[in-house]
Amino acid sequence: MNNELITSDLVDLDLRSPDKQAAVRSLAERLVTAGRVTDLERFLTDVAEREKQMSTGMQGGIGIPHCRSEAVTAPTLAFGRCQEGVDFGAEDGPANLVFLIAAPQGGDSEHMSVLAALARRLVRAEFKRTLTESDDPAAVAEYVREEVTP
Amino acid sequence: MRFVAVTACPTGIAHTYMAAEALEQAAAERGDEISVETQGSAGSSPLATEDIRAADAVVLAADVGVTDRDRFAGKPIVEGTVKQAVENAAELLERGAAVPASEQEDSHRAEEQHHAESATAGAEGTGSATRLRQWLMTGVSYMIPFVAAGGLLIALSFALGGYRITEAPDVTEHFDPATLTSWAALANQIGSAAFEFLVPVLAGFIAYGMADRPALAPGFVGGAAAMSVGAGFLGGLVAGLLAGAVVAGLRRVRVPKAVAGIMPVVVLPLLGTLIVGVLMFVVLGRPIAAVMTALTDWLNGLGGANAMLLGALLGGMIACDLGGPINKVAYTFAVGGLTTGSETALEIMAAVMAAGMVPPLALALAATLRSKRFTAAERESARPAWLLGASFITEGAIPFAATDPLRVIPSMIVGSAGAGALSMMFGVTLRAPHGGLFVLPLVGSPALYALAIVAGVALSALLVTVAKSFGRRAAENVRSESVESPVAA
Repeated sequence: MNNELITSDLVDLDLRSPDKQAAVRSLAERLVTAGRVTDLERFLTDVAEREKQMSTGMQGGIGIPHCRSEAVTAPTLAFGRCQEGVDFGAEDGPANLVFLIAAPQGGDSEHMSVLAALARRLVRAEFKRTLTESDDPAAVAEYVREEVTP
Repeated sequence: MRFVAVTACPTGIAHTYMAAEALEQAAAERGDEISVETQGSAGSSPLATEDIRAADAVVLAADVGVTDRDRFAGKPIVEGTVKQAVENAAELLERGAAVPASEQEDSHRAEEQHHAESATAGAEGTGSATRLRQWLMTGVSYMIPFVAAGGLLIALSFALGGYRITEAPDVTEHFDPATLTSWAALANQIGSAAFEFLVPVLAGFIAYGMADRPALAPGFVGGAAAMSVGAGFLGGLVAGLLAGAVVAGLRRVRVPKAVAGIMPVVVLPLLGTLIVGVLMFVVLGRPIAAVMTALTDWLNGLGGANAMLLGALLGGMIACDLGGPINKVAYTFAVGGLTTGSETALEIMAAVMAAGMVPPLALALAATLRSKRFTAAERESARPAWLLGASFITEGAIPFAATDPLRVIPSMIVGSAGAGALSMMFGVTLRAPHGGLFVLPLVGSPALYALAIVAGVALSALLVTVAKSFGRRAAENVRSESVESPVAA
């Protein structure tokens, strides 16, 4: 099985969702298809649980719904880009870039370091710009993989 | 600066690392060093003991409890949420940099003790006093550039144009590039425009420090209202704290989802500004006006009072709120007398200017000689403060007074009262309403005048150094003594 953080199937450059629940569901379905999530509803409940603690919208049009869940098999990122924006509760407006980060419940630290590297990239202007401008899912997936390689 | 930081969030997947990255980026931009420990799911590599020991401040950006906080016992600590670190890491570092050097010294001592006895030192976390000072520091750090820019331009205008420069016509009506006076008038009017911002910026960023961006407008407007009602910088402190508290309170109100989106940009600023504005104008405005009238009447009735006593009283009033209502009453009283041209009136004017020059000069002196007792930001303000004091721009002392009013203001009152009393005793006269050293030619017996000022400066600098070297309780004692002395003198 392919255990890369992200593949082109997990990139949606034209995400059309009315709200964050729909956006997360749409991206999560891709995780299920890719075999990274075993139980869609359970995963969505875990994401919603995390979202309830504090909204994950960040300044600059970014939403990073994420969770640790029993339903996740490997650390995975699904990425969606949304022209109109989806409200993730950030003070400065809706998110255009949505990063759905799925972490397995018992993941050991070595496993998780790839997600740590990803999170660090999220606050780099260069990273956001590349993801905003690219129009090829395969290129996006490859760029992200390269960026998070230790 | 050297920082150590710990970041931690509930899931330990995203925000922990985003906060770490943001802090590292912000530190690199400031030219500071930082080591960050990420207490997240990818394991944390603990901070090196040497790094902690060498650090000037500790930044904790965490939404959950930080593991092993004991390591930082005695160190200056600033705390924020991970979100604050991600979105405004520079602000957190700024707050960390604002912790006075003296506390860092103490912390080294505490730490050594900690190592020696392997006992847990007590001083940790952010008590309400520390947080209050952080809010005030935020306001002051944004205000300092305005003090420096405006103050130096006004000083320049006095140097170029003499004390009558404030009476020059508006430069939009009359500006002759060939005359020095026009340029001086221009510098004076630009400087005055910058000074208009002092209190609003102070209030706005105090509020911002407390409750983020939605509090900015209420704070600025509250500060502007403080100016309109003549409440000075102390009114600005009140306005800023009020605005921050009001917005922080309003944020807790649960609102329907449809409204939530417009809360931070529309509803909070609107309601916050309205509430703060009403309170400032209605609740604070009238009493201040009443007090000013009463004080003025009282001063006018003091005709036959002892000259030295009057000098001490006016001097103390000048330093008491640095441009606020009490200062204004004393200054207006002095300038009002100037038109009579009597010997006493000229002596009063001299005493008032001497007193007004003391606070910035004394603080500049103290911050230069005993730099460890002052924060980095205060040491920066010390350089312009020399010139501002020398030019009788008392506002140069506000950055010091706003962060630590209880220690600074009483010390300044005593020195200013002393300078005022001495000036009256020597019978020094002054014919100009302002200008500082630049109007020295208009001073009768300049040498004695300088002596009065130097004595006041030395006294205030000594007192403020002593006040800052003692803990809070000692400072309270100094305060209660010094508040009484000018009145009893």
